[in-house]
Amino acid sequence: MGLPERKRTATEARLAGLTLPTGGWAEPARRDALSRVTAMGLPQRRDEYWKYTRPDSLLDPEPPRAALLEQGGELVFESMDRLKIVFVDGVFDPEASDALELEGVTIDRLADARDADIHWAKDFYGVLEARGQTPVERPFAAMNTAFATDGVIIHVTGKPSKPISLIYIHRSEHSDAILHHVVRVDRDAEATILENGPAAARFNKCMEIDIADGGILHHVRAQGRDHERRAVTHVFARLGRDSVFKSFTLSVNGVLTRNECVIELTGDDAIAHVAGACVGDGDFHHDDTVFVTHDAVNCESRQVFKKVLRNGATGVFQGKILVKEGAQKTDGYQISQSLLLDEDSQFLAKPELEIYADDVACSHGSTSGAIDEDALFYLRSRGVPHGTATDLLTLAFLAEAVQEVEDEALAKDIISRLENWLARRR
Amino acid sequence: MLEIKDLNVKLEEEDKEILKGVNLSVEAGKVHAIMGPNGSGKSTLSYVLSGKDGYEVTGGSAVMDGVDLLELEPEERAAAGLFLAFQYPVEIPGVGNMTFLRTAVNAQRKARGQDEMSAADFLKLVRARAKELKIDAEMLKRPVNVGFSGGEKKRNEILQMAMLEPKMCILDETDSGLDVDAMKLVADGVNALRSEGRGFLVITHYQRLLDHIKPDVVHIMADGRIVKSGGPELALEVENNGYADILAEVA
Repeated sequence: MGLPERKRTATEARLAGLTLPTGGWAEPARRDALSRVTAMGLPQRRDEYWKYTRPDSLLDPEPPRAALLEQGGELVFESMDRLKIVFVDGVFDPEASDALELEGVTIDRLADARDADIHWAKDFYGVLEARGQTPVERPFAAMNTAFATDGVIIHVTGKPSKPISLIYIHRSEHSDAILHHVVRVDRDAEATILENGPAAARFNKCMEIDIADGGILHHVRAQGRDHERRAVTHVFARLGRDSVFKSFTLSVNGVLTRNECVIELTGDDAIAHVAGACVGDGDFHHDDTVFVTHDAVNCESRQVFKKVLRNGATGVFQGKILVKEGAQKTDGYQISQSLLLDEDSQFLAKPELEIYADDVACSHGSTSGAIDEDALFYLRSRGVPHGTATDLLTLAFLAEAVQEVEDEALAKDIISRLENWLARRR
Repeated sequence: MLEIKDLNVKLEEEDKEILKGVNLSVEAGKVHAIMGPNGSGKSTLSYVLSGKDGYEVTGGSAVMDGVDLLELEPEERAAAGLFLAFQYPVEIPGVGNMTFLRTAVNAQRKARGQDEMSAADFLKLVRARAKELKIDAEMLKRPVNVGFSGGEKKRNEILQMAMLEPKMCILDETDSGLDVDAMKLVADGVNALRSEGRGFLVITHYQRLLDHIKPDVVHIMADGRIVKSGGPELALEVENNGYADILAEVA
């Protein structure tokens, strides 16, 4: 196939241990995805798109070990009224989940839906992932479409009264989970999807989101606690006219996390915001890779990523805004910033703009800096102790990202997680 | 209240002496003013007293109410009752003014072994004090000093002073960048805080501010030393004749 020998061997070795689920409407899509990943090959260290993040541990035929999370304290989102859908090591757990019934939404398990005639899902499963393979290849996502063993199909038809909450629990030290979710938001429908939890020792997750005209989807995700996890996740979102997609991710700890987000604005006047706040300490590597394509008139996109790094932690941001010909009146904004709390940490950023329309406003910025000494002294001169002042300035640094969470209760929950993380490290 | 004896200070980064034996004593209940030409060391004195990094004390002492200031961290000096109104108040995006004030008030109370102020009591107090300084609710909600005009920043400094109720207040060129009306508002705020137990050290270039905040003692600082001290009439002399005469006289 023309793949370099090393890449072909590594890809074959990784895929050898996986079984393609057969039967049902998804099988053709899975087979297509398998051809895609076989043709592309899985990423190698030399690949340009993986320049800052080593894919080795994601390629290993044997899943790495990740210590189980010590439970304790209230988990994120716990106090919220929500519809809980629980996966344990990548397998849906009906006992721990709520009944999958909520007005304004239908939810099916991917594994059960195999033989059911969910005709719309046939047109979506793997479709946005396949579209997202150009202009940049995302082989782990194609691998996901082919081999995902579980996941949910969420069809938002109205305005459900509470968030749909996907909770991932990790119980086996060597679990290797592949989940694939498909979300469809109908015309003028609106929902909130939450995701949290450690998932597995190694986790490959893909979420395809299609938002019809006037639809609104809020996506709030918390990745944390299980420091030893390795995760590669993809969000593929396609937005219709006047639709809104707002996605926020809180990442706390994690030896390897690569979050890719691929957004396509295909209807006029659509709005997409994708934001992330992450805090890392020591053996921490977090990669946000974002690709936003403007392919309609008068759309707005915002990328706001903030990273707090200490003790040699590494943060990566690769973000692109592509404005296609004819996507006039585009309003694109991208900011990626790191706060380096010591000299050992590093932030690697690759902000990109590619614009083929002549009437657009696009801005991007990327900075790395330390705590502002003048601000720190100002706070201390008012009696605020050094540690408290540093935390206050750190939270202030993250604020622009956290402000992207519209729901006040959710935002408060997230801020309190960040406060606790900082307090534990004082 | 504040006893500074033979204070010698140099820049940490370079071998440059800035203060060359400052002697100054501010009594409780009194307002002392320090005037002096640019580069005489006035602002350095205020920074060294409040504990800013970048300076090395090579000799002398600064004691407030029996406490050796130079041994303390900036926050400990604040909790002990020292306050510096900055010449250039710092903008802190992302930190609400109200959060900042409450954090500061409660941190100082905690350091002094007092209970934290309840949210309701705090709100009541801050509203009353803000009103006196014509600071509206909007300004309290905004991030600290962000987008504030020069006058608003200085009023915000005085609001912090009013909330923290320090023993010893240092005002570093609080008049700079203020128009006449704003200066009067700030001076009224300061005058309202004058009390028997509180000392003030007002650093300024011009006599103008001292028309509004009447000093008990005026010091002239030049080349890192206090070269002359006197009553309020000394400020008028500077206003009329400039520093040249005084400097020539003491040289």
